[in-house]
Amino acid sequence: MAALLEVTDLGKHFGGFTALDGINLAVAPGERVGLIGPNGSGKSTLVNCLCGTLRNETGSVRFDGKVMDGLPAHQRTRLGMARSFQLPKPFVSMSLADNIRIPLLYTVNVRRGTHLAPAELDGRCDELLHLVGLAEKARRRPRDLTQVEMRKLELARAMAAEPKLLIADEAMAGLSHSEVDDILALLSVLNERGITVILIEHIMRAVMSFSNRLVVLVAGRKIADGLPQEVTRNPDVVKAYIGE
Amino acid sequence: MGAKRFWLIAILVGAVFFGLSLMAPNQYYFQAGYVVLQYIVLATAWNILGGYTGYVNFGVAAFFALGAYSSVALYKLAPLPIPVLMLIAGIVSGVVGLGMGYLTLRLRGAFFSIATLAMAVVMQTLITNWDYVGGSRGAYILRPAQVPILGNYIVYLFLIMLILAVITIGIARSIERSRLGFGFASIRDDEQAAEAAGVPTLRLKLVATTLSGALMGMAGAPLPYYVTYLDPASGFSLSYAVNSIAMPLIGGMTNWIGPLIGALFLGTIQQLATVTISSALNLLIVGLLLVGFVVIAPNGIVGLVERAVERARGRR
Repeated sequence: MAALLEVTDLGKHFGGFTALDGINLAVAPGERVGLIGPNGSGKSTLVNCLCGTLRNETGSVRFDGKVMDGLPAHQRTRLGMARSFQLPKPFVSMSLADNIRIPLLYTVNVRRGTHLAPAELDGRCDELLHLVGLAEKARRRPRDLTQVEMRKLELARAMAAEPKLLIADEAMAGLSHSEVDDILALLSVLNERGITVILIEHIMRAVMSFSNRLVVLVAGRKIADGLPQEVTRNPDVVKAYIGE
Repeated sequence: MGAKRFWLIAILVGAVFFGLSLMAPNQYYFQAGYVVLQYIVLATAWNILGGYTGYVNFGVAAFFALGAYSSVALYKLAPLPIPVLMLIAGIVSGVVGLGMGYLTLRLRGAFFSIATLAMAVVMQTLITNWDYVGGSRGAYILRPAQVPILGNYIVYLFLIMLILAVITIGIARSIERSRLGFGFASIRDDEQAAEAAGVPTLRLKLVATTLSGALMGMAGAPLPYYVTYLDPASGFSLSYAVNSIAMPLIGGMTNWIGPLIGALFLGTIQQLATVTISSALNLLIVGLLLVGFVVIAPNGIVGLVERAVERARGRR
């Protein structure tokens, strides 16, 4: 099957610092890919280059058969690439329902043939909040939410864009054991609905139970890519995490 | 309430207001009313960018004076009816607004605000050195004393500004409930998240700066006919910027009614103070009110009312 996401020789510098160097990565539709690496290894930079928040200097990103290079972030979202942020970025002045309404108005409603009438929009907002278990708080503001609820809102907002690929950037950082399970269950539901998921995470338990493939970044380079069990036994990976 | 119904009611309120104002005992009321209406337009226009989209523009005077000086330049060339002057001024200021929009590419927050202030200074210097529109000496405009039907010319200016105020409020209100309004609000809350949610942030910011600038320019277009003598110092007066920012702040910035309330409240107080005490007191009043509101009611009068309503509901 053709890859949904194809990254070839991607590179990014910040001044003299090489954040990403010659990254090659192909993700097939429906895959659950875990992306791990020590702090500062370039995980978030890679996400930002994929999503168009940052521009990659070399290499290219193909998504769903289209070249993404040079496209601004909002167009990539419209083409089906959604992300959640490491630090939740809710629209603080709006109710939760309106937080979901924004991506509906600006992605689903601008695609051909999927325009929603006002009543359908309300319904879709409720549906999405229900999916993440926040239906009760639809009229509340983000400031009334707990950390885990904030992460769920973040995921619901990404889902509203009806993406083909969801990039979850540390959606579980700082959450408790049971909360992590909550988010994992949610991501599994989304994946079963046919959405490809790239999970960037530090919590190894979560990554190992969720991913069916693991990619390891160290100092801006990809050093391993394969089945989770094999990758974690890879001597280079062990060296990067634990040292010699 | 639907958009059509709102427009209808806004026009009706405007018409009734004009009808009532014709009973005013003397011309002064039109003179004062014109200024209050002008501030309704300026405050509402400022709020489209500042309140809805979250970009604080300190360069109000630039857009306003540009509108006024467009009229002066055209007056020297060939006198045109004021509604036409307003349209042209709107286009000129709108184009400058579009240029200001591109500043948002690199400048956020306070840096954007400083740039707009700098832009106003640059603009004032250019106008001061442009002899055709009077330079630093200023320009005189001869206006007819009478107009058909309405009689006095000031009544005509008052009516025009009233119509512009109704249109501006109608536009602000329509934006607020629309896809555009939701997009603006998402930019105000978090630009990166907005972009990730599919919002074309640059395009929307350009719409906001252009629209806001154009409306401010339109408000400035009749000014030379109102004052009959315009010089750069008065056209670019800092009080336009201070008032246009203070009014939405005092009224409330998240919806259309805030700037309207703020402009009516502050504008009327200033007019009263001008005739009863002194015109120099105006900015002092604004300053004191601004400090008071920022401390006591950071979300303005609208915010105070909303909180009171919420509390009353909570008690039940």
